[in-house]
Amino acid sequence: MLKALLARLNQGHRTAVGIPEALPDRTLGRPRFQPARCAEGCSECARVCPTAAIEPGKTLDLGRCLFCGECARACPHGAVRFTRSPGMAVRRRSDLVLAGPELQLAEALDEQALRLFGRSLRLRQVSAAGCNACEADVNVLGTLTFDLARFGIDFVASPRHADGLLVTGPVSQNMREALLKTWQAVPAPRLVVAVGACAIAGGPYFDHEQTCGGTDGLLPVDLYVPGCPPNPWTILDGLLRILGRVEGPGAG
Amino acid sequence: MRPEILSFPEFSKRLTGRHLAALMGLPGRSGSVLMMAVTTPGAPEPEQEASACPPGGIQLPATVVEGAYPSLTPDHPQAHWFEREFFEQWGVRPEGHPWLKPVRFPQGHPGLTDFFQVQGEEIHEVAVGPVHAGVIEPGHFRFQCRGEEVLHLEISLGYQHRGVEQALPGASPGRAMAYVETLAGDTSVGHALAWCRNLEALAGVRVPPRAEVLRAVALELERLANHCGDLGALAGDVGYLPTASFCGRLRGDLLNLTALACGNRFGRGWIRPGGVAWDLDAVRAEQMRTRLGRVMKDVREALDLLNRSGSVQARFERTGIVTRQVALDLGLVGPAARASGLALDCRRQFPWGPYLQPPFPVCTARVGDVASRAQVRHDEMEVSARFLDGLLSSLPEGPVRTEMKGLASKAFSVSLVEGWRGQICQVAATDTQGNLLACKVVDPSFHNWFGLAVALRGQQISDFPLCNKSFNLSYCGHDL
Repeated sequence: MLKALLARLNQGHRTAVGIPEALPDRTLGRPRFQPARCAEGCSECARVCPTAAIEPGKTLDLGRCLFCGECARACPHGAVRFTRSPGMAVRRRSDLVLAGPELQLAEALDEQALRLFGRSLRLRQVSAAGCNACEADVNVLGTLTFDLARFGIDFVASPRHADGLLVTGPVSQNMREALLKTWQAVPAPRLVVAVGACAIAGGPYFDHEQTCGGTDGLLPVDLYVPGCPPNPWTILDGLLRILGRVEGPGAG
Repeated sequence: MRPEILSFPEFSKRLTGRHLAALMGLPGRSGSVLMMAVTTPGAPEPEQEASACPPGGIQLPATVVEGAYPSLTPDHPQAHWFEREFFEQWGVRPEGHPWLKPVRFPQGHPGLTDFFQVQGEEIHEVAVGPVHAGVIEPGHFRFQCRGEEVLHLEISLGYQHRGVEQALPGASPGRAMAYVETLAGDTSVGHALAWCRNLEALAGVRVPPRAEVLRAVALELERLANHCGDLGALAGDVGYLPTASFCGRLRGDLLNLTALACGNRFGRGWIRPGGVAWDLDAVRAEQMRTRLGRVMKDVREALDLLNRSGSVQARFERTGIVTRQVALDLGLVGPAARASGLALDCRRQFPWGPYLQPPFPVCTARVGDVASRAQVRHDEMEVSARFLDGLLSSLPEGPVRTEMKGLASKAFSVSLVEGWRGQICQVAATDTQGNLLACKVVDPSFHNWFGLAVALRGQQISDFPLCNKSFNLSYCGHDL
């Protein structure tokens, strides 16, 4: 017992106060997409993109992006650049399809939903063919660095105790029914959070017949968190934004 | 390497005493299938363990099958899961297989299947999953119990099937990397490494020494983070919260060391064909070394608490035992095999780069219980941390990537990498044009799921979470 207390002292206080302005220096955060810089006929970015997320000169679909950074390396005109800003979760799927440098970050839920969930949000997590990276970085929010519970957010074992689902993975055909049944077991009003490129649009598995290509069309998604996997700070930023606890553009 | 085509009895005989790393099919002439095994030397006898694992010795016995063939499983229990997979993929029936049913249910409805049932008045059945209580991947567990005692556990997977293995050969180079880095997301480095080593072998490209060292850094960081997380989770499963809480944080700190090198906490984008995409400059290497030293100091303190707690050890010891013979028969790999006394480790058996000299130490235990599986992880963390410290303080000079070339035509390559869960086996074959024709992926979990089922026999059902965590297997790595 004494040893445990001593260890507790040695290990110190590790809980971070707020969401950092910038991720580590080699980590790719929110991209700045400037299609105005694209040269006529150039498609270097699209050639290297593993998930067909870019239409040169037009759009970058952040929902499909795996953050491999190949486009930024291939682009001779600086049209794609990744900042270190963690904030990039949005409320609508269409907000992830960037046509310029602006990204409409997630707004808070409406007043009624905030009254219900603002101080206590219980989520049931469903991995639907997630590779365990998104799952791991959702799990890590429970560790003392992030301490998710201090914001009133918690993961629960039963969908009947939950206010919503947090879905990861491209939704394999073999998990489709289980996901929908879990959703039906959550009492309304309920939220859906899609975490990671797979849950948003299928990730690398977007056109596989064995998957549904993400949650879109299956469930009404209230928050999209891009990444492969999203950094834990990106997930936390998104959750806090819909609860109205983080506002503004964030760094970037 | 080339497969050696043998008669069926000769093929079966050649599996005796060997570890079955993979069993795969290749299309043969006029509807037949070439069944090929990748075998590696079996575990050395216990008394030889100090000088265990002579390097090398891969064999590729093969035989032609069509329609049906006599099942290998009665003579070679480690073929059990592989034969079910082979039947599912190629439709060739192993006659006399004791429990022939799908492993991934690619046609859908994975829950709708006959489960092995124990009959009797006091027998009851417990069904768990696919959606579990925690933040964890889906799978179905069917327990046959008498009271609290588990008589039999059947594990039914396939919920995570994404069709990745069959998509690999035709994928663009960038997409193939995304596939292998998400085969099992917690083993992004291990699978990416196995993939790249196959491509390099097929292209005849040699990776620069500095890149090989950085690859070993990535692989060992992945092992450290996962072992640390597992030990914390084991502590959490028996309600010992100090270590659970410390290790949860420390695992994150270890993932952040990988992010320091390549930006991604899981090492995605670091390993690339021809070498690595991110170098470590001297300042960064020193920073990593210092931070690693600090993390390991805290890890030691957290694990010391765990090891000294009588109530924890009482729950760990004699729980979920897999004997040496059972581990050998089932062909277990990784820490689960080493905890049962099998001195098998690809870093020792198939060394490359910095693993070549001196021979890499293999950590084993004897009992094969939860305590042994925890101890092996603990010991391996110490070995990896020491090894990493050495690598980071003497990185060889030079480039970190060489230009890739086209792949040789009609060639064949096997890659064996010791991921943190154990032996990762990937096989790649090319056609006459030098395009990838077929790929085979065997995640260590594929070998070990049956080990977990056997570990539960005679246990209290309430020990399932603890036993499960002590294996901590991948669902998507199995389901592909």
